[in-house]
Amino acid sequence: MGTAEHTLLRLATAGSVDDGKSTLVGRLLHDCKAILADQIAHVKTVSEARGGDFDFALLTDGLRAEREQGITIDVAYRYFATDKRSFILADCPGHVQYTRNTVTGASTADVVIILVDARHGVLEQTRRHLAVAGLLRVPHVVLAVNKIDLVNYDEAVYTGIAKEVGQLADQLGIADLRAIPVSALVGDNIVTPSTATAWYDGPTLLDVLENANGRTDTSAQPLRFPVQYVIRPQTDDEYRDYRGYSGTVASGTVNVGDPVIVLPAGRRTSIAGIDRPVVSATATAVAERPTAVAGEAVTVRLADDIDVARGSVIVAAESSPGTRRELSATVCWLSDRPLTVGARLLIKHTTTTAQAIVTKIAGVLDLATLGVIDAAGLDLNDIGKVQLKIAAPLAADPYSSNNITGSFLLIDAHDGWTLAAGMIDDEEGELL
Amino acid sequence: MTTVLDTFPAPPPRSLEAPLSTQTVTELDALESESIFVFREVAAEFERPVILFSGGKDSIVMLHLARKAFAPAGVPFTLLHVDTGHNFPEVLAYRDDTVAQLGLRLEVAKVEDYLADGRLRERSDGTRNQLQTVPLLDAINNHRFDAVFGGGRRDEERARAKERIFSLRDEFGQWDPRNQRPELWSLYNGKHKPGEHVRVFPLSNWTELDVWNYIARENIPLPSIYYAHQRPVFERDGMLLAVGPYSQPRAGETVTERTVRYRTVGDMSCTGAVASTATTPADVVVEVAASEITERGATRADDRASEAAMEDRKREGYF
Repeated sequence: MGTAEHTLLRLATAGSVDDGKSTLVGRLLHDCKAILADQIAHVKTVSEARGGDFDFALLTDGLRAEREQGITIDVAYRYFATDKRSFILADCPGHVQYTRNTVTGASTADVVIILVDARHGVLEQTRRHLAVAGLLRVPHVVLAVNKIDLVNYDEAVYTGIAKEVGQLADQLGIADLRAIPVSALVGDNIVTPSTATAWYDGPTLLDVLENANGRTDTSAQPLRFPVQYVIRPQTDDEYRDYRGYSGTVASGTVNVGDPVIVLPAGRRTSIAGIDRPVVSATATAVAERPTAVAGEAVTVRLADDIDVARGSVIVAAESSPGTRRELSATVCWLSDRPLTVGARLLIKHTTTTAQAIVTKIAGVLDLATLGVIDAAGLDLNDIGKVQLKIAAPLAADPYSSNNITGSFLLIDAHDGWTLAAGMIDDEEGELL
Repeated sequence: MTTVLDTFPAPPPRSLEAPLSTQTVTELDALESESIFVFREVAAEFERPVILFSGGKDSIVMLHLARKAFAPAGVPFTLLHVDTGHNFPEVLAYRDDTVAQLGLRLEVAKVEDYLADGRLRERSDGTRNQLQTVPLLDAINNHRFDAVFGGGRRDEERARAKERIFSLRDEFGQWDPRNQRPELWSLYNGKHKPGEHVRVFPLSNWTELDVWNYIARENIPLPSIYYAHQRPVFERDGMLLAVGPYSQPRAGETVTERTVRYRTVGDMSCTGAVASTATTPADVVVEVAASEITERGATRADDRASEAAMEDRKREGYF
């Protein structure tokens, strides 16, 4: 039974088309008894109507087009729990065409499971998904060498793939990689250890997932608090003069009395109060709390009456990131429209949206060698290095130290489409 | 040529065997914070947001979270109810009491107005869930709502499992599931062209069990029909349907007095009850955790129409 006290793990699947992602997910849910009777009945009916065996993929391929084509187009989210913890699972597509959806699913994952078909080995999509997982700094990557039954449980096949992926992971800076030989269809090493892989003495997939540590706790890092919305009741009661800055603590811990700097203005002040909401059937009020940590949505009040609005970032006085109007970043280009130097776009960074110009395309990742090669532009699914000039100063950190103040979207100013996911590089941009 | 190691510095080493972090934030707290974040983003980036409020448990939890997001100020959104005319009286009373107590503004779009003047026609099976789409889209257009909060959860149904938290609708209110915007991290993109709107689902990552654990923790009052009560019912398609103005037993269906509760609350003509003895949120948590059938599977006739009934409704602009 799932209770509120479980820890949560967010996982995503990746890998090339037909490597068996949806089948793996179906098997995992099934063996964890997370599929209910009416869902099983539905899959049985549809599978039989098509004259085939029980098709696990029907559990997550929920769109008509997915079922007709037998492929996954967009991420399906599933929720399940074992006795040990709860899981949010993002079943992602394998097709190159839908890589943007896989990036979507992986961006919030604590674990990415990358599947490889034991018969086919490492493909270009495997490399692309490994690169995405490395780039997004997903804390854990699990390599599931799938369909191991179809290569007669041959240890050498497994070892060869595990070694090759291990080398790629090293090149991509993926620190935690775990390989497991599995058969999603048969159930080998998913929930129960397989007797057919006697040469493998490691954990099953579920063992790994149940024991992986979840979201990295960033409450010990320097405070970053992007202001989302200014709360001013302007009512005729005790809150007449209330002015609070609402937001979610991006990193660090905020305490009443802490000295802080409000960026981009750079004004120093201190935390006068931290409020949590208290709502009953009829009344809406707030109560004070002494502290709040990363991930908590709160409202803070400041000691001085200074200009603070949406887009301001309240940071620890002793470790301010400063602001910058130029960024070097790595981007995943998610649009059919190519990116060229000189393009004018919108950038969304924490709670600020501003105009941006692409001043340089410094290169693109070559999936074959994992090296960066020259490029005049970026095409769909390219991972590239760019430089941007921005119309407003941003309180930004490198993505490697903060994945909230270090990430951004590039948006088409005309139709609002999300064009790219960006991660700010470690090299310092021009600090203003 | 530089190598990738120069350009993508390695993250700090982490181990799978590392002890779990000493997180002080529980899972429910994390879900609550995620939802509050979404409400605040919408308040800041849209001009005319509206909350779809039916008096069902998910919309009640949604309103509770919205109130928390802006406390001590009031909720800066209008409420909208698409009224099929087949409502449970307890739910309508709850809706009106809530609006009055909190001083909120409620707009009601009535399916019956459309039936009266012929813009919509009654379906042969007498159910009205599907008829809600046109009044909903008209209300969005007429009031120029640009963000529409829905209580839909991804764990409810396979088409909803595919939904973004910010989900764009074109000027016809249509959802294009094959061409959704990428949605990364917690950077929600609310940009839209005039005439388009964005459906926003703050409860996307909540499960039915989370909702009930939260109702228990926060002491949120609900309409009484969510808890066990006596009601004359008859069985059809494995569901317990109440005897009432919109559902009468056919020949061969016998009516019995049973102790039941409603697991979902929708149009009375297509919402079934479940046998239950749960009288408190804590009792419901135990029941839901032990249930072998999903909430919509147990109670919604409209989802059984076809393999992709919900997807088809959603594409047309349904919740």
